[in-house]
This record gives sequence, C-alpha cells and structure tokens, in this order.
Amino acid sequence: METMQLPPQWSTFARQVDWAFYFIYYLSVFLFVVIIGAAMYFVYQYRRKPGVKAEPTGHATVLEITWTVSPLAILAFLFHIGFRGYIDMSVAPADAMEIRVRAKKWSWDFEYPNGGHSNILHVPVNRPVRLVMSSEDVIHSLYIPAFRVKKDTVPGFYSTLWFEATQTGETDLFCTEYCGAAVGTTEISPGDPNVGREGNRRHVGHFSMITKVRIQTMAEYNTFLESILRPPTDPATGREATPEKWGEILYRSQQCNTCHSTDGSAMTGPTWRGLFGRQRQFTDGSSANADANYIRQAIIAPNAKVVQGFNGVMPSFAGTLRDNQIDALIAYIRTLR
Amino acid sequence: MATEVAGAHGHDEPDHLAPYLSQEAGRGVKGWLLTLDHKRIGLMYLISTLLAFFMGGVFALLVRLELFAPGRTIMSAEYYNRAFTLHGAIMVFLFIIPSVPGALGNFVLPIMLGTKDVAFPRLNLLSFYIYVIGATFSLYSIVTGSVDTGWTFYTPYSTTSQTSVVSMVLGVFILGFSSILTGLNFIVTVHKLRAPGLHWKRLPLFIWGTYATSIIQVLATPVLAITLLLLAAERTMGVGIFDPALGGDPILFQHFFWFYSHPAVYIMIVPGMAVASELFATFTRRAIFGYFAVAMSSLGLALVGFLVWGHHMFTSGQSEWATMLFSALTMLVAIPSGVKVFNWTATLYKGSIELTTPMLYALSFLVLFTIGGLTGLFCAVLNTDIHLHDTYFIVAHFHYVMMGGTVMAFVGGILYWWPKMTGKLYDEGLAKISWLFVFVGFNTTFLIQFVMGSKGMPRRYYDYLPQFEIYHKVSTVGSWLLLIGFSICAWVLIKSLRSGPKSPPNPWGSAGYEWQGTESPPVMQNFRETPTITRGPYDYHLCTDEELFDGFPEDLKK
Amino acid sequence: MASAHSDHGHGDHPKFLAHHFDTPEQQFDAAKFGMWVFIVTEILMFGGLFVAYLIYKGQEPSVFIEAHRRLDWKLGSANTIVLLFSSLTAALAVRSSQLGKKNETTMWLMITIACAFVFMGIKYVEYSHKFHDGLLPGRYFTAHLPEHAHNGQVLPQRANMYFALYFMMTGLHGLHVLIGASALGYVLYRNLRGDFSPEYFTPVEIGALYWHLVDLVWIYLFPLVYLVG
Repeated sequence: METMQLPPQWSTFARQVDWAFYFIYYLSVFLFVVIIGAAMYFVYQYRRKPGVKAEPTGHATVLEITWTVSPLAILAFLFHIGFRGYIDMSVAPADAMEIRVRAKKWSWDFEYPNGGHSNILHVPVNRPVRLVMSSEDVIHSLYIPAFRVKKDTVPGFYSTLWFEATQTGETDLFCTEYCGAAVGTTEISPGDPNVGREGNRRHVGHFSMITKVRIQTMAEYNTFLESILRPPTDPATGREATPEKWGEILYRSQQCNTCHSTDGSAMTGPTWRGLFGRQRQFTDGSSANADANYIRQAIIAPNAKVVQGFNGVMPSFAGTLRDNQIDALIAYIRTLR
Repeated sequence: MATEVAGAHGHDEPDHLAPYLSQEAGRGVKGWLLTLDHKRIGLMYLISTLLAFFMGGVFALLVRLELFAPGRTIMSAEYYNRAFTLHGAIMVFLFIIPSVPGALGNFVLPIMLGTKDVAFPRLNLLSFYIYVIGATFSLYSIVTGSVDTGWTFYTPYSTTSQTSVVSMVLGVFILGFSSILTGLNFIVTVHKLRAPGLHWKRLPLFIWGTYATSIIQVLATPVLAITLLLLAAERTMGVGIFDPALGGDPILFQHFFWFYSHPAVYIMIVPGMAVASELFATFTRRAIFGYFAVAMSSLGLALVGFLVWGHHMFTSGQSEWATMLFSALTMLVAIPSGVKVFNWTATLYKGSIELTTPMLYALSFLVLFTIGGLTGLFCAVLNTDIHLHDTYFIVAHFHYVMMGGTVMAFVGGILYWWPKMTGKLYDEGLAKISWLFVFVGFNTTFLIQFVMGSKGMPRRYYDYLPQFEIYHKVSTVGSWLLLIGFSICAWVLIKSLRSGPKSPPNPWGSAGYEWQGTESPPVMQNFRETPTITRGPYDYHLCTDEELFDGFPEDLKK
Repeated sequence: MASAHSDHGHGDHPKFLAHHFDTPEQQFDAAKFGMWVFIVTEILMFGGLFVAYLIYKGQEPSVFIEAHRRLDWKLGSANTIVLLFSSLTAALAVRSSQLGKKNETTMWLMITIACAFVFMGIKYVEYSHKFHDGLLPGRYFTAHLPEHAHNGQVLPQRANMYFALYFMMTGLHGLHVLIGASALGYVLYRNLRGDFSPEYFTPVEIGALYWHLVDLVWIYLFPLVYLVG
C-alpha cells in the first residue's frame, strides 16, 4: 500500500508505525489550524484602530489550568501507542531467523546461517528475521525505510533488530549514522548502478553506504542460500578460491583457529599440523587413521571419538558447514604437513 | 546630579552621562576593546555573532547548492562533510548559543533591571574575549584541514578522523566558558541588582527567559566541557574513555554530549521565546496573558530539558528501559511549550495589534515554533521516531525550532531594540519586504524536508537516490530566497546606520522598562537617575500618554 | 514607573565600591553569590568525570580494585591532610582579614599557598612512580607487560581505564590546585598592597571559597580513587 508521505508498507511494523504517524499528523494539523487560525483571526480582528485601546489583560485561571493539564491526556496516549509499537520492535520472536550484519566504512556484509555472505540483504517473506549487528570501525546505523526499522551498529558491542517482511520485492537499505567519506574518488566496480553517471569513478562515503533488501519467497531464498556457498573470492588472486584457500578462509571465519593451531602447538583441541594421515589414539582405547572420513566425522560428530589428552568440548558443525565446505577444510588440513 | 567617584577606573574615566556610543563614553578603539560597559560589550557580541551567522550561512548555502543535483555538483564528498560540519558547529556554538544572551541580553538585561551594568563588568568583558579566543580556535581548524565529524563529534569517528578535530573541540570547550560566565553574570545580576520596586513578579518576561537560560548554561555547559576535554585527551594522549578497543564505551560519549546538548537546545530556544514575549506585549499593547505561567514555563523548560537527553539516542542501542523512560519524559516538554504558545495566542485577543516588522517576526516565531513543536511529537513517540531518526525529518524539525524559532526572534529582537542600540530608525517598508523573503524562503527550504525525511532520506548525505531529487531542488531554491531576504535585511541595517533618521526615546510606544527614562541611545550609566519601579512591565492601562508617546519629547509639548 | 530616585548616595561611594553597586553589602553579596554559582559549575564539571568513573567501575569492579592497589594510599592520605589543613588556614585568612589584621592574613595566605605546593610536590612524586611503572592511561598503558610486574604480578590490560580516569581526575584537580594557588597569590599581593579592610575583604572571602571547592573535590576524589576496596 502506497501512502502519501511514507514509504511502502513492507513489514509487519509498518501499519502500526504509519497509524501512529498519521494520528499525530492529523492531530498536529488540527492543532495548528486551531491555534494559528485563531492567532491570525485575532491579528486581523484586533488590528490597531485609531482611538481603540487594547483591553487590559485579565485572568482566566480555569482556561489556563485546562490547557496546561489537558494535553497530558493526549501525550499519555501518544506515549502509549509509541510504547506498544516499540515493545513489538524490541522483542524478536523466538523462531526468528538470524542474519549476522557487519558494518564497516562504507559497505555492509550480511552473513547467513549457512556461513555464506552477500552485500545485498536477502530475506524470506513472511518469516521473522533477526539481525545481529556489529561494526568494525565507527558507528553506523542500519535503516530500511520500507520496514520502518533502524538501529545503530556500535564498535565493540552487538546490537539487534528484527522485522518480518510482508511482500516480495526490492527496497532500499541506508546507513543513517554519519561515517565520513573517502578522500577523492574511487573506481567503480563493473555492475555498480552508478556507472556512467560520473564516468567510472565516484565519491564513496556515508552516502554510498546504501544497498538493497531483496525479499524473496522461501524457495527463491533457499536457492540464493545455496548459491552463496560457492567458494568465495580469493583476495590474493581476485578469482574464485581454490579448495585449499577456501578451507583456510573457513578455518578463520568458522573460528576453528580458537581451538586448533596450525603450527603444531596443542590448544583446546589438537593441532592441525601433520594431522592428516596420522594414527590417533582415543580416550576409549580405540585408534584410527586420520583420513578424510575421520576428519569429516570429527567435524559432524566431534565427541563420538575424543583424542587422548583432550576433553570432548567441540560443538558439532552438522548443518552449519555444507559438504563442499567440509571438503575445503580437509583440503586445507592436507596442506599442513 | 552627582558625578561618579569610582576612582578605580583611573584617569580614562568615561563620562557616565554621555551617550554610550559617543567619544566621551570611551575614546577610540581602546574605548571599545577595553570597555566594561554592558551595552558596548553587547554590541561587540552582536557584531561577532552576526559574522558567525554569515559564515555559518555561507556554509549552509554551499551545502544546499551541492545537494541541488545528485552526484557531484560543486564540491567533493570530503569537502561536503567539512561544509555541513562547519555549518552546524558555527551556527550552534559561535552563533545561536551566544546570540540572544550575548548580544541582546547584554544590552537589554541591565537596562530592564534598572541598573547601571551587570554584576561583574570585568567578567563580562572577559567572557567576550573568551568567546573571541574560542571562536579563533574553532576557525583555526578551518585553515588546518577543517573538521568532518558533524557538530556532534560522535566517537569513535571523531577520535579517528584525520581532520583537525582537536582545535575545533578546544575552541568549543573555550566557548563553553564564555557561555558559563555570561550565565553566571546574569544570574547574579538578576538576583542582586534589581532597581527599587522591581520585585520578581514585575520582572519582564525577557528577564525570566534569560534567567532560565543562564541556569541551564551554568549547569549544563561544564558537562560539555569535560566531555570535550576527554575527547581531546583521547586524540592527543590516547586516553581510551570512549574507545571500545581500550575498554571504553562510545555510547557514553553520546550520553555526556546530549546531557549538555539537549539542555543546550533550550539555551537556544528559551531566549527566543523571551524576545517573542516582549514583542507580543509591545505590539499588542497589553500584558502577556498568563504572565506567571509564561515565566514559570521558561523555568519548566530549563528543568525538563535536563531529563530528556536520551531521546537523541532511541536507536543507539541504549537499554530499552532507558529509551521508554526518556520517551515518557520527553512528552513533558510539550506542556511548557504549549503553555507559551496558548498564552501568546490569547495575548493577541482584544489587543491593539500593530504589524511592524518585529511583530511580523514574532508572529513568524509563533507559526514556525508551533510547527517545530508539533513535529517534535513525531520524534518523541517511540515507534515513529525509529523511522524518522537521522533523516531529513529531524533536520527540518530542529531547523523549525532553531531557525524558525530562535533566529526569527533574534532578528525581530534586533529590529525592535535597534533604535535603542543605535539611536537610529530603519526603513520599515524594506524591512517588511526582507521579512517576506525570509518567511517564504524558510518554509520553502524546510517544509519539504519533512516530506523527504518521512520518505526515508537520511541526513548528512552527499549524494542521494533519484527519488529524492525534486525535494532537494525545491529546498535549495528556498535557500536562495533566504539569502535574498537576509541580504535585504543586512542592507536595511547598514542603511539605517549610515542615514537612518534619529530615533526618539520610545519609537514603538512601549511600556517596557528599557524604553522608559532612557535615551536612544542610552547614556553610559543607562539612566540619568536610578528608576523606581511602580508598575509591571506591560501595564499599558497604568501608563500615561507621555510614557507611551512614540515621538520626541519636545513634540509632545506642542 | 513614574518617580525617580532622587539621590542614591553618590557622595559616600567608597573607593572599593564599583560604580554600579549602591552599597558595599550589595557588592559583597553579589561577589559571593557569583562564586557559589561558579562552584556549582565546577562541581558539575567534575561530576562528569565521577559519573564516568562510577560507570566503568561498575563494569569492571575487580579490575578497578586490583588497579587501585597500585596507588600509594599513604601519599594520598598525606595530601588529604595537607589540603584539609590548607582549607583551615584559608578560613583563618578570611577571619583575620575581617578583623583587619593584615599581617596575620599575609601569614595564613602564605601557609595556604605553601600547602598547595606541598600538595603538588607529593602529586609529582606519585605521578613519577606511575610513569615509571607504566601505569599510564589508555594506549600508553604498559603495566600488563612482564617487565612492569609488581610483586610478581601484572595488571590486566583492561586496567588502563582505571588509570585513564585516575589521571584525568587528579590531573584536572591538580590544575584547579594551581589555579586556586594563583588566585590566592593575587589576593596575597592585594593584601600586601593594603587593599583590604574590615569593610572590604571580598577577594579574600571568594578566594578562600574557591579554595574550599578545591578541597571539597579532593575529599570526594580521594576515597573514590584511592580507597575503592
């Protein structure tokens, strides 16, 4: 539904917010017309006329008390509608799907539950989505006008917001906390919608930290999720990463590195250096050769067999890592001789 | 009349009965730069703040011009960021905060109180020079790479920005002390130096407003001072109070900043209301309806202003409870604001209304402040604010309050007290034309920004999506109308200085204390004889025709 | 406002009375009231730092307790005694000035100023120890490194916040001690010049009032920072 002053209503919040907006809007118009209309009428009616003096100002205590106290009722009602809407916005449903948002100068990164990333926010329609947001540098703010949601991303803290889209389509996402600009112009990557407007270079900054939200049906959304699991781009070569390289990226992004070293030292878990092909002794007395099947098993059901000298504290990555990601990790471990 | 014996002034003793602008009242450049006279200091403030308004205005016009078309129009993104930062910082700290108290307050307040000067004349001059030093520091940052943080200096952007943040922050820090000393001076003056018979219930509403403002200045500004000191320490000495990498909290900066800067909103608007009250009284020829309520509502705004700083941070990630509490408290701001608007409107009823230019500005204040106030409701209600926060809706809202409110009242006040300050009359016809341009230009510039903001246009954007272009175009055209309006206004004042006819003591026929028993311009010690107050400042029905006569006294006898 | 005050006594306008005041009492009251307002301002300025301190202490109480052990409470207490004593001597200076005892006033003022220097001397000793131990604010904090171990223990890096606040609070207070001592120095100069009398001793009074503020801030600062536990 297109409204006069506000963006399209594409989330479950939008109608409530717009109702509040228009309530205040018409209330304001009414008050403005009454007050200023009266003032203008007085200015005309009591314009200075020769020989007519102003009437000395009297008292009207009842009137004064009325217009001091009665606005309180309207204000209390206004607070109430804002408060109710805000409560709804603050508490995400328990089944909300989580998307991780990382803001930095001057781009957005969205990470989906399967570990894939994108720069455009994809969300399924009619499904509550909760954004868990952080910033890598300064404060940014994520704003989707069509959803009527906004929240700052603060370095060193997590902030969250949630919404449920009600319509498929594409809408704008802005950064609304001022975050500077790059010096000079920057070359635009091919495919940037701004190509051609000012040649192939443009200014980037707070104002260019805008992207799109693409609201899709569940089937389209799932197809999208599959598509982002292709290997990411290797920053060194600019091409799609090799399985080994992808494994190395996953080693960090999935935070394997917090428990597993690659230099031979034991941390919470065994090191990955020289792991592939080695004989493992387990706490239950059995042993096995660390081949591809063993490593795959250790990722999906880590505590079925625990290596001697360690505690079974590793979480399962079943459902988090896809097959091709596990393959990539194995390929990476094989390189650590 | 006995002459003064105050020997401490040495051999350069000014003549206390000479008009304050004359050579006898203080000779040459030294007579101005080292003057302890509140009227001369007020005029120096007036010139400085108008210069600041001009500079801030130039930056505003540049910002609007850049936004005329999407993409690059006249400057690059990093210069745009500097331009809007300097516009905001100059307008807030160099212009609007010192404007009414520093310029009009200094000039009018002691005269209204029937005294010869403020309580601490030396401190008053010191506060002016602190202002000059602070302004110099702030403007020095322009030459050394400028500032691109926005006037709010949010961390960690401001602690990592490559621009000249420290000199700007120190400048604002120093300006704060100027503000504190002015406030301190006024509070003591109002308490201790009232003329005989001038008890609290007879204080003009301008005094009440300035007094409330002074209280905020004294209580809030030191918190800004310490906040900016911590920010400067973070940049120069690596003190990580607001740096998340060192365990600090950037949100704490926002709390500290708004603990000052929200009350500062009332430092800006309450003096505007104070001026408007005087204008309404004089040009309706009757007392302000509900005098006591209007006076108390100034103090009420000062009080409530300290409790609502968190409403600038509804989306910042402060706790939900804090957000709800601040929203509820913010609703209270509407009460004293509403009281003022209702009372001014009621004052018009059965008045004898004369539409002089100052009155047109006062009426503009009423209209525009009402819009500014009503749109504040959208920002106070939680769920609508989430949508509108940091968009052009907010930009429009605070320009309606700050510019539509305070600037209109300031210009109205300058024109109103101009004959008293300079002893010259100005060209009313031309002034009315300039008012028309300002009023129409202002609404063209900012009314459309409400629409743009509610459609989702974020603020502080150098470039924008095509759907917002038409609104930006209209807004920029409005800024040109404002330029024309203020240029004509400046010409009116210059023309009056050069060739304006001599003003009688009370050209508006006002009952206000400052127009009674003083000359235009007043003598050095304001009154030839200390006045005794026997009636309220707006008691037109108690005034003699002689008191309200708007010509020269010698004409009255004819 | 019809009538005018016929004569407001210019003939007996004393030398020290500024022209815009009617009576010495009015001038004295105004000066004293002004200083009180200024003191309120100062308290709010320190208030900001105190609030920041309490917030961060609330977030990391154990780190703050550990960090405060690296302060020397004995030197801190000595400074407290010095300042309390100087407040007494400042008050005595006002008293003697009221009674017109110029030489006694000189003595008390000099003792007060001397106390300020003793305070700053002790502060200097404390600061140089902190500098030496790497107990510096923010990014210069190095007391978490092994070479700055104290009794075999190092502080966590998070303790930098404690020292950031310690230096900001004591630094700003130290600055106030210097400003206060300079103000009292000017009062001393005017006393020696013979400006004061039982009728006019306003600068002594408001100088001492400011000095009491400096003392008062320390009275809150000392337990907060030195005696956290």
